[in-house]
Formats: sequence, C-alpha cells, structure tokens
Amino acid sequence: MPASRTGTVAEGAGEPSSNGGDPSRVAGAARRGRSLLGAVAGPVLERIQDRLAADLDDRDPDYIRENLPWVWLLSSLWFRGEVRGMGRIPEDRPVLLVGNHSGGNITPDTLVFTLAFCTYFGVERRFHQLAHNLVLSSPIGPLLRRYGTVAASPQNARKALEAGAAVLVYPGGDWEVHRPSWQSGKVDFAGRRGFVRLALEADVPIVPVVSIGGQETALFLSHGEHLSRALGLDRLFRLKVLPISVALPWIVNVGDFLGHLPLPSKITIQVLEPIELTERFGRDPDVDEVYEHVTELMQATLDELAAERRLPVIG
Amino acid sequence: MRIEQSIEVDAPRPVVWDYVTDPANNLEFMHGATRWEVAGGIDRGLGARYRVLLHIGSADVGGLIEVVEWSPPGDMAWSSVTGIDQRGRWRLRDLPQGGTRVTFRFAYGVAGGGLWGLISERVAARWLRSDFRRTLENLKRALEGDRTLA
Repeated sequence: MPASRTGTVAEGAGEPSSNGGDPSRVAGAARRGRSLLGAVAGPVLERIQDRLAADLDDRDPDYIRENLPWVWLLSSLWFRGEVRGMGRIPEDRPVLLVGNHSGGNITPDTLVFTLAFCTYFGVERRFHQLAHNLVLSSPIGPLLRRYGTVAASPQNARKALEAGAAVLVYPGGDWEVHRPSWQSGKVDFAGRRGFVRLALEADVPIVPVVSIGGQETALFLSHGEHLSRALGLDRLFRLKVLPISVALPWIVNVGDFLGHLPLPSKITIQVLEPIELTERFGRDPDVDEVYEHVTELMQATLDELAAERRLPVIG
Repeated sequence: MRIEQSIEVDAPRPVVWDYVTDPANNLEFMHGATRWEVAGGIDRGLGARYRVLLHIGSADVGGLIEVVEWSPPGDMAWSSVTGIDQRGRWRLRDLPQGGTRVTFRFAYGVAGGGLWGLISERVAARWLRSDFRRTLENLKRALEGDRTLA
C-alpha cells in the first residue's frame, strides 16, 4: 500500500516481488528499533483510524480556487507542466482516473494534473484523490482533505464515485513512486488490480493518465523494501518501502518522510481515451485481462512520452 | 489586471462585428483558445453563454462566461459566471479613412488575491499580451484575406 501523495485501492492485491535479498540479515540489528516503533505506533495508528473514513464534504471548492494561483505558478514555471487530452475525460458522469505515479513523496504529477483538472472543468466539479493513510494523518492531511483527498480504500472510492465524482487513483502508490530513476519509463503497479474491481463494481469508465518527468526530480536509488520489512514498517504503517534517494537538501535521503526540494523537471501528462469496461470486455470482464490491457496501453504511451524527451530534467 | 490591444482592419465595421461575435470563429482566430462552445439556447446576443478555455502557462484556464453588453456593430462585453474572474470586450469604431479600429480589452483577477495572486496575475499577463497580439493579427488576416478573396 502506498506512502505517496495518492494511493491504491488494491487491497489484497499482489505484493511487489522480492529482488532476492535476505531480510533476516538486517532483522537482528533492527529488532530493538522495531520494538521501539511498536511502542510509539499505537497512538499513531489510533490517529490514523480516526481519519480513515471519507468525509467527501471536507472538499472545499473556494479553498481550492483560492490556492490555484501558487499551484499554477509552480506547475507552469517550475515543472513546465504540459497536460494533453483533458477533453477525453467524460464531463457528465463519474469516472476513475488511473495514473502512474512518480516523484517520491513530493509528487509533481499529482500537482500538475490536479491543477489541469480544476481549471479545465472548474472547481465546482467533484474531484477526489485517493491517498495513503499516513499522508492524511500528517500535518498536511487537513489541507489535502479540503482539496478532496480521501484515504485510499475501496469503500471511500466507491462512496466518491456514487457521489458522481471523478476519482484519481495511483495503483502503484508507494511502490511505483519510489522506483529507481532509471526506471522512470516503466509503469509498475506491482500487480495491484483493485482499481479494476472498483471500476467494474461502480460501473464507471477507466481513463488512463500517463505522466513522465516526476522520477527525474531527484535521483531515486532503491525502494528499500527489505529495510522496511526488517523494521516492521509494513505491518505497522502499511509502508512497503523505505526509499533511498539522493535529493536536495538532504543529499542522502532515507524515507523521504520530510519530502525534498524537487529538481525542476518538465512534467508531461497524457490523458488517454476512456475505457468502457463492459462495452469492451463483455458483461463479466476478466480482471486480469482488463489489468493487462490498461497497463499495456499506459506503458505504450509512456514509451512514446519517453521517446520525446531529449534530456533528463530538461525534457 | 487589465490588458488592452488594438489593431486597424481594412474591412467595414459590420463585417468585423459579424466575424468577432460569431462563436464558430473564435477557435480560428483567438490564439491560445482551446475551447469556445455555446452553453445554452442562445448562440449570440445578450445573455448568450459560452464555455471558454484559454491555454495559459501549464493549464487551460477559463470557465463559463455570459454576454452582458450587446450593441451592434460597436460593443460586445462578457463577464464570467464560473471559473476565473474575467471581463472581456470587443470595441469596434469606424476609421476616418475607412476600415475599422478593433480594440480588445480583457480584465481578470485571481481568487483569494494575496502575494501569490499578484505574482500569478503578472506572470499570466506576459503570456496573455502575446496571445492577444496574435489574436488581433489573426483577425486582421482573416478579414482582409476574406475580402481579397471575395
């Protein structure tokens, strides 16, 4: 499950595969740290549980509108954002927007796309983003809720879709967002198929949203999944990763808990045509088949976007 | 923030009026416009509404606008209903030597104000001035070209 700005609804979905390391090698050294983590985790988890339920009414269109200027400045001048194909998003019905995710815990793709959505359709249109529990429990959680961010769970996503909203989900979540920078051109949902089941249950189209550039805002080196498991972070906080990167201003950045100063990498986002699942795959679609179709489409688009880039960061 | 730009077009005022007030032409000559759709029952005249987007920086910015002044063949003004606060005006006047002086005015403000609002208004103005200049040049080219062809 993700630790990034936005997250996954793929409960029970396949886990990221191990790359062959032995977690027991570091488990002993981490045992004392893990017991300490366990002691402090209780109150934190209680706080998280309190904030899990989706209150869609926390979304505040006036607040979003008043904050668009600085988001626009950041998106236009720092990230030189370019969003293509917004007109493909159905205007008058709920829709599940499925994106690939990049940029560590500072996710410029979300910022650029949220701005594009709010200016294109207006802040009046309901738009919710799914985020990891830890993000919503952090000090910025209350601010994100006013943007329409809710905790990533199938229940919350269904509730938002039933309310007629456009819902943005990043199935790859914390796994994908911390992938090494040299895998920038790879869509990696880690087998999480929850988004397909959600779209089928809610009978809404999937609109793939493919972005590139976020993984060039720092030098991401490793997911750190073995370290996370050894420290018990996966059990305590649903954190599958403890990423390691080279990023400003920390230089060596472990965890990315405080975020980082992103390099001004050009962010390009391509919105694809909506996929009507029952229309395309029949009345009882196979989840695996839909998953493969969506990820293949997104990967092909990401390949095209990668081919357009001449230089890292510059774009 | 208010931007005003003018150009002289070698075409009669009624011809210019018909061209600039026809919503079907806006995507043709308005540089940076990515959407200009009729929203509602009236396609031109007082009370006509349009869903309008202009590409500024990294986003398509705009919203729903409504025509609030309609004085053919001289003045047409609109005001925003939703989206970014804006007011626009086409102002057409006869030139003594023949032809029409076309003036385009656009005033806008961002919600919330504050430092970020001030900065973003000024940064956007740089893009908008350039877009509006090209808009007027497109208009001149379309109208003078059409007349030549006719």
